Amino acid sequence: MLNIKNLQVGLEEEDKQILKGVDLNIGEGEVHAIMGPNGSGKSTMSYVLAGKSGYKVTGGSATLNGVDLLDMEPEERAAAGLFLAFQYPVEIPGVGNMTFLRTAVNAQRKARNEPELTASEFLKEVRTKAKDLKIDADMLKRPVNVGFSGGEKKRNEILQMAMLSPTMCILDETDSGLDVDAMKLVAEGVNALRDGKRSFLVITHYQRLLDHIKPDVVHIMANGKIIKSGGPDLALEVENNGYADILAEVA
Amino acid sequence: MAVPNPKFETSQVLLAAFVAPNGAKWAMDARARAAASLRAMGAPVKRDEYWKYTNPAELTVFPTPVAALLAIDEAPMFDNIDRLKLVFVDGVFDAELSDDLSLEGVEIEPLADALSKDIHWAKDLYGVLEANGQNPVKRPMAALNTAVAGQGLVIRATGKAVKPISVRYVHNAETSDAMVHHLVKIDAGASLTILESGPGAARFNSVMEIDVAEKAAFHHVRTQGRDHERRTMTHMFGRLADDSVFRSFTMTVNGILTRNECVLDVVGNDTKATVGGVCAGDGSDFHHDDTVFITHGSLNSESRQVFKKVLRNGATGVFQGKILVKEGAQKTDGYQISQALLLDDNSNFFAKPELEIYADDVICSHGSTVGAIDENALFYLLSRGVPQAQAQDMLILAFLGEAIDEIDDDALSQDIHDRLAQWMERRRS
Ligand SMILES: Nc1ncnc2c1ncn2[C@@H]1O[C@H](COP(=O)(O)OP(=O)(O)OP(=O)(O)O)[C@@H](O)[C@H]1O
Ligand SMILES: [Mg+2]
Repeated sequence: MLNIKNLQVGLEEEDKQILKGVDLNIGEGEVHAIMGPNGSGKSTMSYVLAGKSGYKVTGGSATLNGVDLLDMEPEERAAAGLFLAFQYPVEIPGVGNMTFLRTAVNAQRKARNEPELTASEFLKEVRTKAKDLKIDADMLKRPVNVGFSGGEKKRNEILQMAMLSPTMCILDETDSGLDVDAMKLVAEGVNALRDGKRSFLVITHYQRLLDHIKPDVVHIMANGKIIKSGGPDLALEVENNGYADILAEVA
Repeated sequence: MAVPNPKFETSQVLLAAFVAPNGAKWAMDARARAAASLRAMGAPVKRDEYWKYTNPAELTVFPTPVAALLAIDEAPMFDNIDRLKLVFVDGVFDAELSDDLSLEGVEIEPLADALSKDIHWAKDLYGVLEANGQNPVKRPMAALNTAVAGQGLVIRATGKAVKPISVRYVHNAETSDAMVHHLVKIDAGASLTILESGPGAARFNSVMEIDVAEKAAFHHVRTQGRDHERRTMTHMFGRLADDSVFRSFTMTVNGILTRNECVLDVVGNDTKATVGGVCAGDGSDFHHDDTVFITHGSLNSESRQVFKKVLRNGATGVFQGKILVKEGAQKTDGYQISQALLLDDNSNFFAKPELEIYADDVICSHGSTVGAIDENALFYLLSRGVPQAQAQDMLILAFLGEAIDEIDDDALSQDIHDRLAQWMERRRS
């Protein structure tokens, strides 16, 4: 599914290296979690995979189902099945949530040579999915993320993910800002999408989300590298002891 | 020997180029007064302060610049709504193409008819608001219009008009040089919506004088046609009495040269005025200028100026907006915003926002910004699979939407929105 090899990334504008050789392989249907101290490069990695400008790939590779991701436009990556739930979802005044979502869904369908959804098909689907995530109709009518609370923004990300049905989902701190009940809702939303084929990369600081979304593999990223990988227990260890021991261990 | 001044020579040339029509004595007097004032102020020239950002040469040059006709495949603007349709072809009223001049709550007649009657209310309006609007800034092209225009409509709303009047300006000859002058009087408590659309002529000069009485409302929505090679100069002169409402919105796409001036004299208390517009320009031969002057001379009145422009491939946009609050015009609330979205480094936006305030208890604000597409918003859309061109257009429409929202009619604003979307779609490659 997703294969990242020795990925090295710096900033375009200044001479600063952020990712210093990341290796990561996520197979079909697997759930991987990444934890790591603030500023270690987790969001940078997800942005680079999604195709955000401003970064310079200085080495390594990233492929999705064998296809070079880094060579594609962001919208092509999305159509190829990649989805990033943003750590900080962007507010877009003047663009209606529904218009945006429908445009995105149909653009991806078109890119994949699938028939576009009619207005009523789309409406029906979005209503059902929004209801599952307890997103009310009023929120759907508002401009994209404008005036949404932190938690509402995160739920809106998961709604988009459910509507776009990607095959490789990256969730960047989707749990931050969520209350306990909302976290359960979001986790249920994610689990509902686990079909044995779809893969997930869950970036989080807390073990709690991983109680709901059980990872197959947990990675620790520090200073632009994956420094340790292990089973779900690794997340528990971080929760209990922080990063000091692990950092010392690899140093 | 005096050195010939091109300003004054050109004003003579302009006056000589148009045949002043006949009319009643009062009308001929009004025209003569306007001609005399044009001779005294001279034609606009590039070095005039008020024309610093827009070169008026093509508005005054002869022969009239040629404007190729554009074959348009889409349905004409405002065709989908119930309205009284009045058509001008190259600036000449065409009764054949127009509906009958009859509308409940409204009296309509051609300008030439009204101006040939010895007794007519038009006497108190023709050239009056225009002359009043010549201070403190000169507007020679409006004086020219008053001096020579023989075409136009004289409209009086005596009650609430049951439907809008839509005036369509058809451009049909490559060198037409049109002068159109409308008078609009909204009686106390009455209301009327006027829609204008179409390029009008190869060169189009229009003046609309609007007198809005107590508790009356004037709504105006205008689109200026997709013909690109046109040169357009418009003036609106409005006067607002107590508790009246004045709203005007203009959408401009294409056009080598467009200058829209709106001059409002707020003399009544508790009035509301909104003047706004969007323009979308593509190419180094696109030039658009919004020039607005609102004078507040009364109490507790509100005015808004909201203009948005999206410019690409070397297009130029201009905004000159002034709010003048006279001594004693307390509780005035004046708001002005002009913003441009530049899609590349070759495009230009010049803004001259001005406030001049002689009262102490007022709220006035103005702002002007120039920006590019928000990269974060763009990336967010792209990351959801929206193609680049479409994502960019969504953000442009969102930007322009804030001005379109000033239209107080959902169907009309949706219409404007859709037209802009289509215009942008045609430009995708
Ligand atoms: N555009 C940028 N300009 C300057 N510095 C940047 C930029 N993007 C990332 N960085 C820096 O790169 C480092 C990694 O940032 P990143 O956001 O990837 O960390 P993170 O692991 O996601 O942290 P957190 O857990 O706090 O979300 C940080 O030091 C950050 O300041
Ligand atoms: Mg982060």
